[in-house]
Amino acid sequence: MTTASTPVAGRKQRQPTKLRRSVKRNLTAYGFLCGALICFAFFSWYPMVWEVILSFQQTNFVDPAVWVGFENFRTVFNDPVFAPAWINTAMFTLLALLCGYAIPFVIAIVLNELRHARAYLRFIVYLPVMLPPAVGVLLFQWFYDPDYGLFNQILGIFSLPGLQWLNSTSTALISLVIVSTWSNLGSGTLIYLAALQTIPSELYEAAELDGAGLFKRIRHVTIPQTKLILLVMLMLQIVATMQVFIEPYLLTGGGPEDATVSVVYLMYQYAFNFGNLNAGNALGLMLMIVLMVFSAIYLRLSRDNTV
Amino acid sequence: MKSRKLSMLLAAAIALTAAGCGSSDSSGSSGAGNAPTASSSSSGAAAGAEAPVSITVNCMPPKTNAAQRKTFEEDIAAFQKQYPYITISKATDAFPCYEPRTFEAKLAGGELETVFYVNFPNVGRLMADGQAADITPYTSELKTFADYNSSLDLFKKDGKVYGLPTDGYGMGLVYNKEVFTKAGLDPNTPPKTWAEVQAAAKKIAGLGAGYVGFGEYSGNNVGGWHFSASIYGRGGSVITDDGTKAAFNTPEGKAVLENLKQMRWADNSMGSRLYIDWPALMKAMGAGKMGMMLGAPDVLISLRNDFGGKFENYAITAQPEAKALFNGGAGYMINPKSTPEQIKAGLKWIEFEFLTPGKGQLDYVRAKNADLTVGQPYPDLYGADTPSGQAVVELRKANANIDAAQFAGWVEGSKGIPSKAEPGPYAQEIYKILDTPMSAVLTRQDANIDQLLADAETKVNSLLASKG
Repeated sequence: MTTASTPVAGRKQRQPTKLRRSVKRNLTAYGFLCGALICFAFFSWYPMVWEVILSFQQTNFVDPAVWVGFENFRTVFNDPVFAPAWINTAMFTLLALLCGYAIPFVIAIVLNELRHARAYLRFIVYLPVMLPPAVGVLLFQWFYDPDYGLFNQILGIFSLPGLQWLNSTSTALISLVIVSTWSNLGSGTLIYLAALQTIPSELYEAAELDGAGLFKRIRHVTIPQTKLILLVMLMLQIVATMQVFIEPYLLTGGGPEDATVSVVYLMYQYAFNFGNLNAGNALGLMLMIVLMVFSAIYLRLSRDNTV
Repeated sequence: MKSRKLSMLLAAAIALTAAGCGSSDSSGSSGAGNAPTASSSSSGAAAGAEAPVSITVNCMPPKTNAAQRKTFEEDIAAFQKQYPYITISKATDAFPCYEPRTFEAKLAGGELETVFYVNFPNVGRLMADGQAADITPYTSELKTFADYNSSLDLFKKDGKVYGLPTDGYGMGLVYNKEVFTKAGLDPNTPPKTWAEVQAAAKKIAGLGAGYVGFGEYSGNNVGGWHFSASIYGRGGSVITDDGTKAAFNTPEGKAVLENLKQMRWADNSMGSRLYIDWPALMKAMGAGKMGMMLGAPDVLISLRNDFGGKFENYAITAQPEAKALFNGGAGYMINPKSTPEQIKAGLKWIEFEFLTPGKGQLDYVRAKNADLTVGQPYPDLYGADTPSGQAVVELRKANANIDAAQFAGWVEGSKGIPSKAEPGPYAQEIYKILDTPMSAVLTRQDANIDQLLADAETKVNSLLASKG
């Protein structure tokens, strides 16, 4: 008994020592990790858990909450603006991807190819990011003014008729896409530029020796070499653009005729203007699930890519 | 050793952060300015009849409005002196006073003030959701309660009272006298019918680039809000009396939209800019190139104080052809988590500060000396024949420091026109639906008004049906 118990006791004694040593060695790292974990727990996970709970409840924050099952989901689903909000959001995401995904990549390639004034141009491209988002958006309110706006004045120089921009159901959404693309251009371009600069120049030289022109070099060298960052950016952009809010909130109020109501804008309406926080949470949960699907696809794709 | 110190520092920082997150807002930490607590030390020694009670209040004028803030602070001190057993432990000055984005979070977190401000469009919702205390048993203690006009009805539900209006007014037609003169119109004979509004707007727009004859809202719920004000004026309704169906798909509703469509597209007198939130139209009016807009008398003061308008240029007349006036304004409600003692103390504060002629915000002698505007015909809270109503009118008249003629057209023209309340507890949802026909007629020349009203009617009926 004594002999059998001795190694176990010894292990028990050694284990805490080993653990303690390991903890001691990584104390600073754990400290940093704790900070991040506390921040995430308080400001991300805790609200997310509450969002899920509230979406199945009816509460006035005075009396005890009542579980109502899928009632809040039914409320938002039966809202006549529910379908237009999802269609508008999908359209915005698609258009924002077409513009906001391709344009920064092209600009990054051009900047990367430039030999002169590169830093200056990089600064110019990044400048919109430095503006507070609301300021940038409100600047476009003036640009889009049908009577005195910058855009219609430019069209006038070329003897083209002015557009109604935000005032027309056919141009309002694309007008918001332009604002969004302009606001986020700098960040996207900078990330692409960083990725482009990691591509070994030998690859381009070899391609040139093989007679590859500009487009072939982009297709066979640039795109494959930046595939991972392109994928990351694609996913980030889908997640970000599907949460479009500030542009319709500040520029159109969801109009004209609900042409720019987005899912998050509708969520805001429920939570803060209609006083129905629970229905707003239900809508938020629906959006979260959709975004989780996209994120899962991204994780799958990036895993395949790294393997 | 170095890493240990760093770790300790980090741990301390995290602990402090966590403590900061979790700490409750004690009196004095709000950053919104603390109420003078003259009686806090004496509250314990209060007259034996009443136990000490502590309340919090909101809507203290911001620091930028120094004159009004000073009067508010004086009133808190005077109130606590008059009621030594009541302590106002915190007065917040966050603006806007009612903020729907933080209301429920504050209520849930126990941070909502005992006495809180609310504007009329949100009153119905708060009563329906049980987010305001029932004050019915305590109203008999209010001296001026019996003198209230119909604005009090807005704060009643199922025979119970849930709040007290402190600011009330009906809609009218706000116009710029200078622009009228420039357009060759007589500013002393403003339009009395919609046909006259249309003709005047056309003339104003004819002044040249930048001039807008008539401005109107079209988004963010304010479009629907003004549609409601317009249809009320024409004798129509937004919902049926029992609140179960839409009631705006009528000749009155059609006339509202037809009139706007005519002015926007046939006369080109409304400009092409969309005004999608409350400040947008106010800014345009304050800029001095807009002729007319629908608004209440407080718009004139707001144009002067907040939107850089030349006060003497503006006037308000009665809403054209008005058969009923949309009832705008604000009031105070009590936190439903308050104790009966706090409710009583809160009501005493509302009475002292807002409802007693010659005291608090109705102390027109002090307001005049503080260079605050006196003479505007609001708040319109009391019946004209009641002692309180007469006292307020006399005090206001005796201390007026603004030209009463700027409001005379509205005062005279609105006499005898009944006021009409917001369309029920789901007013905001209904306004959002009604934004669509408003924005359609202002953005599409081919807008089909019948179709727009029919679609909106279906949506409102579906909304009301879902609310049971």
